Amino acid sequence: MSGTSTYVPKSALGRWFESRLPIVGLVHSSFVAYPVPRNLNYLWTFGAILSFMLVAQIVSGVILAMHYVPSSKMAFDSIEHIMRDVNYGWLIRYLHTNGASMFFFAVYMHMFRGIYYGSYKAPREVLWILGVIIYLLMMATAFMGYVLPWGSMSFAGATVITNLFTAIPLVGGGVAHWLWGGYAVGDPTLNRFFSLHYLLPFMIAGVVGLHVWALHVSGQNNPDGVEVKNVKRDTVAFTPYATIKDLFGLSLFLILYAWFVFYIPNYLLDADNSVPANPLVTPAHIVPEWYLLPFYAILRAIPNKLVGVVALAAAIVLLAFLPWLDTSPVKSAKYRPLFRFFFWVFVVCCVGLGYLGSQEVSDGTTLVARILAIGYFGFLLVVLPLLGLIEKTKPIPASIADAVLTKASVPSAPSVAS
Amino acid sequence: MIRLKTSFFIPAALALLLASGVGALAQEEDQPKPSRQSWTFSGFFGTFDQAQLQRGFEVYKEVCSTCHRLSIPFRTLSDPDGPGYSLDQVKALAASYQVTNDEPNDKGEIFKRPGLPSDVFPPPDAYPNDQAAAAAFGKAPPDMALLAKARKYERGFPWFIFDALPFFQYQEIGADYIDAILNGYTKSDDPQWNLYYPGHKIAMPQPITDGRVEYKDGTPSTVANYAKDVASFLSWAAEPTLVERKKIGLRVMVFLIVLSALLYFTKKRIWSDLH
Repeated sequence: MSGTSTYVPKSALGRWFESRLPIVGLVHSSFVAYPVPRNLNYLWTFGAILSFMLVAQIVSGVILAMHYVPSSKMAFDSIEHIMRDVNYGWLIRYLHTNGASMFFFAVYMHMFRGIYYGSYKAPREVLWILGVIIYLLMMATAFMGYVLPWGSMSFAGATVITNLFTAIPLVGGGVAHWLWGGYAVGDPTLNRFFSLHYLLPFMIAGVVGLHVWALHVSGQNNPDGVEVKNVKRDTVAFTPYATIKDLFGLSLFLILYAWFVFYIPNYLLDADNSVPANPLVTPAHIVPEWYLLPFYAILRAIPNKLVGVVALAAAIVLLAFLPWLDTSPVKSAKYRPLFRFFFWVFVVCCVGLGYLGSQEVSDGTTLVARILAIGYFGFLLVVLPLLGLIEKTKPIPASIADAVLTKASVPSAPSVAS
Repeated sequence: MIRLKTSFFIPAALALLLASGVGALAQEEDQPKPSRQSWTFSGFFGTFDQAQLQRGFEVYKEVCSTCHRLSIPFRTLSDPDGPGYSLDQVKALAASYQVTNDEPNDKGEIFKRPGLPSDVFPPPDAYPNDQAAAAAFGKAPPDMALLAKARKYERGFPWFIFDALPFFQYQEIGADYIDAILNGYTKSDDPQWNLYYPGHKIAMPQPITDGRVEYKDGTPSTVANYAKDVASFLSWAAEPTLVERKKIGLRVMVFLIVLSALLYFTKKRIWSDLH
């Protein structure tokens, strides 16, 4: 999406059209001629996978919306109508519910990859912040989508999350009433959540457009974290090289997705959500969907409600400040031994918090959750700023081509360029 | 390479240590978990046993339906992947129920008529709504349509991970639970004591005893058989598309694996001129 295109239409009609709306040239420069670092590994295929998942969720969601009824009396039964009466309704619904989980799995791989290889560092700060905005929108969309079946866990989840706003001093109660459209979660809440659940994915699509635009201005980061110096030696054309690699990555990802949809479609759905919502009966054990569990664990680890909510928000918002929290000039963890160690500790903290978020609270789990929460914030607020000052990094390669050629130990460099 | 390993394995070891610690913390058992049963509909190629579903439906009709609703359409009982009754049998069955019509008649009266295959099972005569049932039992008997998906027991770490993996996959937790509850009335002096119900005090008094329903196919009339048959029938009722889903799934999997292999070799070929 950057710069002038080198695309020259072959036909006269093509030239006529291109001089009036150069959209084919835009696609050509963005997805065909666009230079891609030649050392990208398969973790870089998650960008294409995420684009696919966004489209898949929108398509399956639009079909579900044709049959779904957003009313507290009808919502649960309309889902059962989709499952039992609509032709292949069960397939569309399982694709959509499990698709949300696949979307988050892919986004977490994408984010951890970004952190591991320092993809947020200059000149990609805006690219990274746009990514954090997409992640926030995804969480809002997924949360509201989870409320729509109006199962017992949907209702409990909506109550817990909207109640977080009551922790805000002075205006909290008012904000919560405004969100509910009443004095508790009810019909108006369900209706607006449905409306917003349909709207937000298109906002995500818009920010994804900006994200791709920003990406194509700065170019991709790569496993060695050195910028492209010589386009001919360091990069390959997006098509066919990145296209075929992305397709292979996507195909493997679809195997995982299909496994969930066709063989374990209810594995990630809480049994309590097969019970219709009843404001008088709360599930014994309220848990959010797996992708929100680490934040839920942080919230529960803190005894004060307001501090808990602030910590929950900070856990997400701090990610946007990574470009400035990380003080090291070296991007890739490949050349940062200490960072690499602490990165994996951070991953363990995230996964551990996720597990604890799914468990019932006891003194033991609260203690462990506190230790892991300290690990989470410690990595972002202490380790990252300090490492840049004390870490002895390994020598980084002079260029991407050098890094690839030492790895592959191919003696002749010039033949590569062509 | 060696450094990469230490920087990965130390945190990984830490994680395992943590997990085992937390796993130990979570184990505070005061009651047994339902035990894992073998079901015909588990695994890659699992299908429902038609005779078993018909037996389960018989038990539902004669016993459970007194109090429990089953919000599924009559017509689904003729599903060949399900109980597989003939269309005539389903028509006769539907007609034996009185269903409240959706719209009033031309005199403006709400009226009842014999059921059609397209209708949903009506609520039990004795308990037309949840409030009536709750007034009688203290708690409304749940709708049975989704019961097999609405009940679970904790599998615990690490089993819940294995349950999601190919060749280990196990999704029949709801069926185990229903089977266990029906077999769990072990105190003859207290019909509302259940070994497997959380807290043991269950609102439903023992619903079925040996010999209560006479099976037409000669299967022994024991609670153990009733429990298995009802749990299977309810698993079908909750997930009537399971067989079709697994059939399509197999084709999708084979297709994707072949596609991935072809894409892999294409990718190798395209990239080969770079290395």
